[in-house]
Amino acid sequence: MSTRDIVLVALFAALMAALGAFPPLMIPAIAVPITAQSMGPMLAGGILGAKRGALSMLLFVLLVAVGLPLLSGGRGGLGIFAGPTAGFIFGWIAAAAVTGYLVERFWTSLNFVTAFLAATVGGIVVLYGIGIPWISLVGGVPLATAATGSAAFIPGDLVKAGLAAAAILMVKRAYPMIRPAHGRP
Amino acid sequence: MIVGLYRAGDSRLHRAGPGRKLLALILGGTLLLAISSLWLAALGVLMVLALYGLAGFGPRILWAQLRPIAFVLAILFLAQLWLATPAEAVLVVLRFAALVLAAGLVTLTTRTSDLVAAIERGLSPLSRLGLDVAKISLAISLAIRFIPAIGQIAGEVREAQLARGRRPSPLTLVVPVIVRLLKMADEITDAIDARS
Repeated sequence: MSTRDIVLVALFAALMAALGAFPPLMIPAIAVPITAQSMGPMLAGGILGAKRGALSMLLFVLLVAVGLPLLSGGRGGLGIFAGPTAGFIFGWIAAAAVTGYLVERFWTSLNFVTAFLAATVGGIVVLYGIGIPWISLVGGVPLATAATGSAAFIPGDLVKAGLAAAAILMVKRAYPMIRPAHGRP
Repeated sequence: MIVGLYRAGDSRLHRAGPGRKLLALILGGTLLLAISSLWLAALGVLMVLALYGLAGFGPRILWAQLRPIAFVLAILFLAQLWLATPAEAVLVVLRFAALVLAAGLVTLTTRTSDLVAAIERGLSPLSRLGLDVAKISLAISLAIRFIPAIGQIAGEVREAQLARGRRPSPLTLVVPVIVRLLKMADEITDAIDARS
């Protein structure tokens, strides 16, 4: 890890916090708040790559754990990690890693479809793949029940994956951070 | 600076070392998960409530800890009621209430800086295995410094777009902010490297 890598990791952890300060969009029909924050892992992985992206999410989770109110709605502290939905917080680290890994794989031929795929697999499939079994395990409810309760967030997350994919492509054109093939930064 | 969730006070809990509080939390949490008796879980909640009293925290602070999980907890309660027994449903709610309140109490009575210091102390034995604790400390303090700066950058980008008669959308806001951050990263890196 060079100094530059550490600075980038810290900047994207801070960006994640800034995304949490965005007022959530309320969709009355499904009564589910759509927050900008879950775009953070997709952006961090897709722009910094797997390793630095995942580390920036790990740093963000650490900042929340030491008592900073950085989660959307001003939540934070250790209580979050004792609750039933903690898997969705820890899952951000893996979400950024997988999004980053896929974007690195697609890098030379990256387009909207592959970027959207990377953001969806990392930021939705992997994230829910950790968050839903977590609820089921700690809450003592069957997987299907936990999945039904979480499904309402998926439409909003798909919109965010689309936005993140567009942003990943635009940043790649303006200021690419991932080097193709051998010798990744 | 961002304000942490710490609530100043002078109770015994405030004065206790962060490492001891974290250890007590881990032990208490493990114990809570191991028991399946309704009465013991209720006793656990009462003990945590007593600790809130000892720390000088009233019902408003107590509720602020539970509010974020209240909705999920209500759903879990109904699911358990439907799938299992009423006793199971009450147990799940009591267990989470005790766990979340206890963890929240550590956050409320411990300064962020003290927790960061405790983490650094806890990690320092790992430096023999090649973990660079100084770099982790640097990353933590940089991130805390950057958070207010990003809000400011987002404000500047938004104003610049409005001045050019463009209505900022999420995408036209987030991309210029990120590009500015990436350029900033190079300057900050040079500044840090020049000082060390």
